Amino acid sequence: MIARLVGSAFAAAMMAACIHPSVAATPEVVQVGSKKFTESVILGEMLAQVIEAAGNPAYHRRELGGTRVLWGALLKGEIDVYPEYTGTLRQEILAAENLGSDAELREALARRGLRMTGSLGFNNTYAIGVSGDLADELALTTISDLRAHPGLVMGFGNEFMNRADGWPGLRAHYRLPQENVRGLDHDLAYRGIASGSLQVIDLYATDAEIAYYGLRSLQDDQGFFPVYDAVLLYRADLETRLPGVVAQLQRLAGRIDAATMAGLNARVKIERHAESAVAAEFLRSRLGLHAVGDVTSVWQRLARHTLEHLLLVAISLSAAILVALPLGILAARRPRLGQSILAAAGVLQTIPSLALFVFMIPLLGIGGPPAVVALFVYSLLPIVRNTHAGLTNIPLAIRESAQALGLPAPSRLRLIELPLSAPTILAGIKTAAVINVGTATLAALIGAGGYGQPILTGIRLDDIGLILEGAVPAAVLALAVQGVFEATERLVVPHGLRLEQTTGC
Amino acid sequence: MLELTQVSKRYGSTAALAATDLMVPAGQTTVLIGPSGCGKSTLLRLVAGLVRSDSGSIRVGGTTVTPENLDVVRRRMGYVIQEGGLFPHLTVRRNATLMAEHLKWPAARIEQRLRTLTEMVRLSPELWPRYPLELSGGQRQRVSLMRALMLDPDLLLLDEPLGALDPMIRFELQRELKSIFDRLGKTVVLVTHDIAEAAFFGDRLVLMREGGIVQQGSLRQLAAQPAEPFVERFISAQREPVRLLNEVLG
Ligand SMILES: Nc1ncnc2c1ncn2[C@@H]1O[C@H](COP(=O)(O)OP(=O)(O)OP(=O)(O)O)[C@@H](O)[C@H]1O
Ligand SMILES: [Mg+2]
Repeated sequence: MIARLVGSAFAAAMMAACIHPSVAATPEVVQVGSKKFTESVILGEMLAQVIEAAGNPAYHRRELGGTRVLWGALLKGEIDVYPEYTGTLRQEILAAENLGSDAELREALARRGLRMTGSLGFNNTYAIGVSGDLADELALTTISDLRAHPGLVMGFGNEFMNRADGWPGLRAHYRLPQENVRGLDHDLAYRGIASGSLQVIDLYATDAEIAYYGLRSLQDDQGFFPVYDAVLLYRADLETRLPGVVAQLQRLAGRIDAATMAGLNARVKIERHAESAVAAEFLRSRLGLHAVGDVTSVWQRLARHTLEHLLLVAISLSAAILVALPLGILAARRPRLGQSILAAAGVLQTIPSLALFVFMIPLLGIGGPPAVVALFVYSLLPIVRNTHAGLTNIPLAIRESAQALGLPAPSRLRLIELPLSAPTILAGIKTAAVINVGTATLAALIGAGGYGQPILTGIRLDDIGLILEGAVPAAVLALAVQGVFEATERLVVPHGLRLEQTTGC
Repeated sequence: MLELTQVSKRYGSTAALAATDLMVPAGQTTVLIGPSGCGKSTLLRLVAGLVRSDSGSIRVGGTTVTPENLDVVRRRMGYVIQEGGLFPHLTVRRNATLMAEHLKWPAARIEQRLRTLTEMVRLSPELWPRYPLELSGGQRQRVSLMRALMLDPDLLLLDEPLGALDPMIRFELQRELKSIFDRLGKTVVLVTHDIAEAAFFGDRLVLMREGGIVQQGSLRQLAAQPAEPFVERFISAQREPVRLLNEVLG
């Protein structure tokens, strides 16, 4: 456990230094990934613990956005293994290849340097669910029965909403007439159906909530949904790099049936045990492994998230200052070029922050570096714009007086122009810093940790406490940053300028 | 001392200064005068190198000004403008000594020069640690003059240095400035649109109109032998100044 704590702190520090942890550490740390839903996180924990129980260090990069993020990270070697479903591989990732049998699937994976274990023992296919009351009232037992009720309000997880084997395919296959269909976070769908604002939602066969909310799965009477056997997907080179590890992974195959998985999910989502503890408990009782789940205290988590968040903000903001200040000066010196610089920085700012993080994945993968780059890009505009405004708003009489004295341009900049624009430039940096602290909470989506991590987990587990564990420190940090800059302002802004604010002349 | 040969400057379609020749003799005060917008400031700014001329050449103390030697030539000129142009983030002392510090003068020399100038412009050394916003308009102009004189320049350029002051202070400073100029024997080019002030300061007046020089000479010459009807009109338009004028002419 100590090893993993150190490992994760190390990973956080390394990610800041843009060094891949598995490169720097000996013995090699196995990088385990998981998607941002409970089942995947539990399986990811199991993987990490199984590997560790065999004496090999492992690091679990939990809750990494969606399928594409994990798949890309696996291909790039940023992670070594993650839990996946055969249906997702066939219907989504490798849809273009029309793979039939498992043998064909294995062959297609092998061409990419990947392998998969046998089924873990359950088929977590999609299902369509309605509340028990509604099922009784409208006599709904099959998906075909939905055709007779076009007015039903449907809410589907964003992934289901968009993928070919999700709603678009289902609607075409069953010729469903419903128009009132919303895309939302899968975890919010349950709350929607409980509150009555939704009537039909998508489910996974092993969802913990099915029994909890008294939902009924409608029978897939026309056989639309493909098989979604859970498997472990890993890099083929793992077999040569760490043969023992692959043998450990194979031990999980066939050991978890759908009821067991739903039970584990319920232990986490409904009984609110930590994924690591639930995974350890399973490994002890079913595999007789001496597995230990890290159970971190609130303070340990807070310390780690604070460190991660501060690193993200500090690195991206410092880099942004180093780049934006000269750009702002250049923009003020060369008005034509300046217009283009300001316009370009403005365009970057209009990219929605979430999209910016996701754009970084193909370029830089997952984790700290892409998050730092995205935050850096986001911090440029306020600094460039304020530097430019500060410099160009210096009264002509003052600028010319400095020129007429015979001061060379660099000295004018240092002695006159920068001190005079210091309040404006600082205000720009302050704005950038506050935006940066807030936006950095999204970095957790691409595996960079920070205060966004508990927020993400909290939304997934419907746990307000966890959401606050991220949201409150993030807000406090934003206020603290603001305070620091206000104090800096008192130090940096020349006394003669502060008179202006009080005398107003 | 200062020589302009066929110097011109256009802003878009306005000729701020048509091709102009001007000789400014050393050790005298030359006053540029004329109606608003006639190009007085433009001429001065061309000399200080704050705007580039479209044509012609400017010689200062025998050196033709080029972009390369501009900063060096500037250190032989002092430039004072109407609003003073003091640096608001620097104290009185630093405003005056900035350039000397940049040139790495020894501290004792700077201190010495600062004392001399403070006395000359009749400012109290108690004001040294103050910031420009803590000064009156008249005090600011005195500091501005100190700053311009710090390096002991050969040429002083003053663009309506007293324009923003109330009449009482203005009257007082006129007298003090004149006595400083007389004492220092520097070459001064001063812009004003007040003919009384022009006559008070000027050994030579240069009357301008619409970007060109109309007539040069003493006020007496301008009044006695106007080159154009405009000269007469310009002089007689300033009724009140004429009364003061008589006082000066005796
Ligand atoms: N930066 C500029 N851009 C465009 N036109 C200018 C600029 N500076 C001066 N001009 C124009 O050039 C002409 C001469 O201006 P200048 O400032 O030299 O006049 P002036 O004689 O100093 O007037 P005043 O007595 O009002 O100060 C004016 O028509 C003015 O509008
Ligand atoms: Mg003027």
